[in-house]
Amino acid sequence: MVKKEYILSIFTEDHIGILNQITIILTRRQINIESITASESAVKGVQLITLVVKTSDDMIRKVARQIEKIIDVIKVFVHTSDEIVYQELALFKLSTKSLLSGNTIDHLVRSHNVRFLEITPEYIVIEKTGHKSEIIRLLNELEPLGILQYVRSGRVAVTRQVKEFHEYLKELNEASREEEKEEFEIFNRLKE
Amino acid sequence: MFDYNKTESMTERDFYEEKITEEITGGEALLRCLIEEGVDTIFGYPGGAIMPVYDKLLDYKEKIRHILTRHEQGAAHAAQAYAMVTGKPGVAFATSGPGATNLITGIANAYLDSVPVIFITAQVVSSLIGTDAFQETDIIGISMPVTKWNCQIKRPEDIPEMVAKAFYIATTGRPGPVLIDITKDAQTGKLPFKYKKCKFIRSYNPYKPLRKKEIESAAILINHAEKPLILAGHGVLISKAENELREFAEKTGIPVAVTLLGMSCFPTNHRLYAGMLGMHGNLAPNKLTNEADVIIAIGMRFDDRVTGNLKKYAPEARIIHIEIDEAEINKNVNVDIEINNDAREVLKYLIPLVNPNSHERWIREFRINDKIEYETVIRPEIKPEKGPIKMGEVVNVVSELTDGNAIVVTDVGQNQMSAARYYKFRIPNSFVTSGGMGTMGFGLPASVGAKVGKPNSQVIAFIGDGGFQMTIQELGTILHYNIPVKLIILNNFFLGMVRQWQDMFFHKRYASTELVNPDFITIASAYNIPGEKITEREQLAEAVKRMLNSEGPYLLEIHVEKEGTVLPMVEPGASVSEIKISK
Repeated sequence: MVKKEYILSIFTEDHIGILNQITIILTRRQINIESITASESAVKGVQLITLVVKTSDDMIRKVARQIEKIIDVIKVFVHTSDEIVYQELALFKLSTKSLLSGNTIDHLVRSHNVRFLEITPEYIVIEKTGHKSEIIRLLNELEPLGILQYVRSGRVAVTRQVKEFHEYLKELNEASREEEKEEFEIFNRLKE
Repeated sequence: MFDYNKTESMTERDFYEEKITEEITGGEALLRCLIEEGVDTIFGYPGGAIMPVYDKLLDYKEKIRHILTRHEQGAAHAAQAYAMVTGKPGVAFATSGPGATNLITGIANAYLDSVPVIFITAQVVSSLIGTDAFQETDIIGISMPVTKWNCQIKRPEDIPEMVAKAFYIATTGRPGPVLIDITKDAQTGKLPFKYKKCKFIRSYNPYKPLRKKEIESAAILINHAEKPLILAGHGVLISKAENELREFAEKTGIPVAVTLLGMSCFPTNHRLYAGMLGMHGNLAPNKLTNEADVIIAIGMRFDDRVTGNLKKYAPEARIIHIEIDEAEINKNVNVDIEINNDAREVLKYLIPLVNPNSHERWIREFRINDKIEYETVIRPEIKPEKGPIKMGEVVNVVSELTDGNAIVVTDVGQNQMSAARYYKFRIPNSFVTSGGMGTMGFGLPASVGAKVGKPNSQVIAFIGDGGFQMTIQELGTILHYNIPVKLIILNNFFLGMVRQWQDMFFHKRYASTELVNPDFITIASAYNIPGEKITEREQLAEAVKRMLNSEGPYLLEIHVEKEGTVLPMVEPGASVSEIKISK
């Protein structure tokens, strides 16, 4: 079984407990979550949960269908890394003394394109945005200097697909209005 | 930001909504919601947190009958059986904490067998949630993996909408249990009551447009098949497609094999009936699955008990899977054509597209295997001449004396397999059993639910001596409401199916499977249930007749062969074609 990295973009209603329902499915299938982010999507009231998991092609299809089966999940998209534009963000805290030696700062800015968020006599906080591999490369370089704290965010991603989620949602809502209209007509007929 | 949540103005909605502004309590509102949904029977058990609802039940006793079971698990199983025989959703009540957790086995059972049951549990006062208060339990968290949907209501005004949603979700698409947890303050608080049935949830769309192209390709495959086989499951019964299935089979001349839960969706005396699939199914459909060139699976999910070893399953076949639940397609078996829709709708479109055929040669292969099975397994089981009484023999006598018209309820194990194998079902939805979950203790409370749902049908339960004692307290429910169920204990003084496995795979080391039993007839008489114990073959037919002719509830205890074996058997890990007809 060849394991690959997949990104699940899960659009859900904004209800309590959905993340729990999703993780139950992944746990039963023994799939570890590599990273996770949740935020409101471009559509008001719709949450977007982005999960990165490593599993097989066959398994990701099964799991995606099982997740989409959850009542409050609106739509699940499965992507491989080449189908999305994505970023991760990392923060590093180092002692100021360790950074001041040599041309470390110059190197950080020029070849890693980092941002300095806070500088005090005691410590410096650096922000790095990029793909995981870029962040790991920076981590490896900083490690000998002695990292005080390091944290990396979950992946955020937008897709390259043409049909956007809100178009899909519009179709759903139109179907709902059709239902209501029909009901309205039946009621009117009954009243006559 | 796109905002598609905006609904049309309230005035248009109000226009066709009855305006009721009277204020009632949440507890009363719950009952009114249930009445609106056509509920007239509830199974349940009261307790502290749910008292406001039970109090209101007294005011509605003309419209809603409440059956007090003797344990919440009994209420859950009874509600499920009620749903299975009536086609209406079942409803079960329980209080918070232990009341709610006692439902779990029943909820999981209904979930695995796709039965719509509305579970209502009470919860402690909302301000106490999360504080480990008395009889507080996180039932939402606990029931999450075994419900189709669940929710907690903390405000009385949310009750109508959530109940409407619960009924819609439980009964549409692939049905299943839902759970609503209502805090005590939501039950006592007041709301202006109005009810509107749920017709649409944007994140859940059970009605899918028919994808005609796939059905058309399926028809081509079927028309060119030489050895086609239909596998019919519970979905046929759920979508009420029995007539369409029959028409489809008769037109195409394709034999129909059924799953355990699909049992009774196709008449067992039909010339195209191929028997039951699976571990203890019939010889022909199991063996010939691996020779079939086209398999049409309708409303079934390729459970491991049906498929045996997946690597050696149906190697010759192109598989067409007609299934409402998309997550079941390509889950266990990779299929060639997936038709993700309602079985009845698909069959209605498919029937005109298929050519009439008869497949005489192929069907002859089934008959040859049937004959082998009859001579080596069935005849010795249902018509033995000497030795102790056999389970199959009992089921056969009951089947003949009821002409296949009874509703058969079973527990789990050998009694269940014997009932499924030897009862000649003729009426849809007449077999109530615990399939996916295999819940021992299901039979007795399920027989209560089945009889309450179908009071004019003869309800007969086949239960083992082990399973009977798991929910034996429900004899109290039978006594309380004088429910005329006919209970047959197939007593072998063993946990028969586990003993069979110990015999076959654990060198006959009978670890904890032999039972020391009480006198069941004495127990029944304490509950005012008449009964009879028989041990000899000569008594069997007459005793069954006495049971069938009795007015009220009845217990017939039959001492059967102690070390009987249910055959044929697809052993674990074996392919369906390696099905054994002798040990």
